[in-house]
Amino acid sequence: MTPSANPPSDPALLRVAGVTKRFGGLAALSDVSLTVQTGEIFGLIGPNGAGKTTLFNCITGLYHPTSGDIHLGGTPLTGRKPHAVAALGVARTFQNIRLFPNMSVIENVMVGCHVRSRAGVLGAILRGPRTRAEESSIRDRSMGLLDAVGLADRAGELARFLPYGDQRRLEIARALATEPKLLALDEPAAGMNPIETQALQGLLEAIRARGLTLLLIEHDVRLMMCLCDRVAVLDYGRKIADGVPAEVQRDPAVIEAYLGAGAAAAAERETEAQPS
Amino acid sequence: MTNFLPERIYRDPRIARVAFVALGALLLVLPFVVEAGMGRTWVRILDFAMLYVMLALGLNIVVGYAGLLDLGYVAFYAVGAYFYAILASPQFGIHLPWWALLPTGAGIACLFGVLLGAPTLRLRGDYLAIVTLGFGEIIRIFLNNLNAPVNVTNGPQGINMVDPVTIAGSALTKPMDLFGIQISGAHAHYYLFLALTLLVIFIAFRLQGSRIGRAWAAIREDEVAAEAMGINTRNIKLLAFAMGATFGGLGGGLFAAFQGFVSPESFTLMESIMILCMVVLGGMGHIPGVILGALLLTMLPELLRYIGPLQQELVGRVVVDPSDLRMLLFGVALVLVMLFRPQGLWPSPVRARELHPENPDEVRQEQEALYDAER
Repeated sequence: MTPSANPPSDPALLRVAGVTKRFGGLAALSDVSLTVQTGEIFGLIGPNGAGKTTLFNCITGLYHPTSGDIHLGGTPLTGRKPHAVAALGVARTFQNIRLFPNMSVIENVMVGCHVRSRAGVLGAILRGPRTRAEESSIRDRSMGLLDAVGLADRAGELARFLPYGDQRRLEIARALATEPKLLALDEPAAGMNPIETQALQGLLEAIRARGLTLLLIEHDVRLMMCLCDRVAVLDYGRKIADGVPAEVQRDPAVIEAYLGAGAAAAAERETEAQPS
Repeated sequence: MTNFLPERIYRDPRIARVAFVALGALLLVLPFVVEAGMGRTWVRILDFAMLYVMLALGLNIVVGYAGLLDLGYVAFYAVGAYFYAILASPQFGIHLPWWALLPTGAGIACLFGVLLGAPTLRLRGDYLAIVTLGFGEIIRIFLNNLNAPVNVTNGPQGINMVDPVTIAGSALTKPMDLFGIQISGAHAHYYLFLALTLLVIFIAFRLQGSRIGRAWAAIREDEVAAEAMGINTRNIKLLAFAMGATFGGLGGGLFAAFQGFVSPESFTLMESIMILCMVVLGGMGHIPGVILGALLLTMLPELLRYIGPLQQELVGRVVVDPSDLRMLLFGVALVLVMLFRPQGLWPSPVRARELHPENPDEVRQEQEALYDAER
């Protein structure tokens, strides 16, 4: 894989600078810095408990970092609430799927459109031409997104009755409905079989082709290696490596983090570090 | 099946239109039929039933749509009632017109909704329930004690001789003669309440199907996900509180005008619980269900009043005091419904499926989804 086919002239979309997050005495993140360029797929890997999801939560406003700054295209994200971060253009999915289970599939996506529409109580009660037009455009857009992730024929079903893989894709469609600049996916391939994973890879590449930037947590190393332009590796809350996947894969510190110090030397010639 | 009618009857627009007209005609003649059959008391009971439909629909926005358990809803009802009573009675000698007081009363109640919501809506579940319960009691205790040093509410005695609603110069409480038909106060109020109830139902339907309604549902389903999808959960929850309170305030104003008398006794915790029961028993979040719940819970206890005379007739004396029996039977009915029909008497199709999946395919699919998730 050739490193970074993206134009380097573009300014960084996401800039994480020296972020530390402490829970009591435990530092879940210490001094993590990374930049994600516009239009790239950036992977975040690391053993369980390395702080990947914590970093996600800091970026999306669920947690506030103890210190450090996060900027999206020059706008500070730190200190903002999750809904404000979403409005600025960061959408996410969750590691343990969080759909609205008793709403229909299309309603789930329509909720995602909330942040980009404005009808209020009066609009809802009077239902004037503007509200009606907005509602129908929300519906059309949601249907289009369902089509894009391949769920258009299940639009009327309750989200909770979808099979697992479809729920993951619905979560992506819902996140896309917020019209994000940066789409942050927390283990999108978890629990998927190889065929589903391959379809997911196609979907993510199609999303990138639309001009979105992707930030990705994933354990499926093969998927990360062929999908990501760059990856960063976290271990015990510290960033131990970042760069092009092929380089990171050979980094002794990364091998040590995954397999232990002894294995690091022995596995020198291994081309693929297996996650625990 | 949870729907009383097969779906194709719902869907057929001609049948729907005929049903609509028939229902409208029935609602128009209902008070006369009821008076002829059961006496004028029952027309009054009908009026109260409609008042409770409004309240239950208001609480349904908070509990059913947004999923916020509010045990102090009656406080907003009290605010509306006292606002009307204080500004349209000899208490201060102020007699403002009803058409100004009803909407402003609803507005004031809405303001109280925001006042209560702003500091408390960061709480969730049981904690919110306890705070709202406390709020309801605080309002009642205030009303009870605001007779000194300045006599605002007249304390436990309440405010008497509240101005009735007047239309074309004549009070709605007095009998009227309209095109040769005798219309009593109870009848006139029936039509006023009916019109406002229909308005409330309309608003509730419109809100449910709107962008705001979807945001409420999303918060009820998963607050964290809703927030992450860009919904300002604090504001949207406040909105639910404010809308619910508005309906409560409107109901309160109507109550004061209809009854001509308000006292703190009408606004006890029991009243909040009753309204909540209407919502839960009927079918949370489902407008027809909530209406059914409100009608049943206002009328059934009245029916039980007949048990006293019935005992007199059968046994020769009153063995069990009907008022004791009322609460007992009411409790038993609640327990039975919660045991055998936890989704409510007439739940929304979605909620019915949630608690009682009928389609074996869905059961299997959900189990598979769970299995997948654990994998």
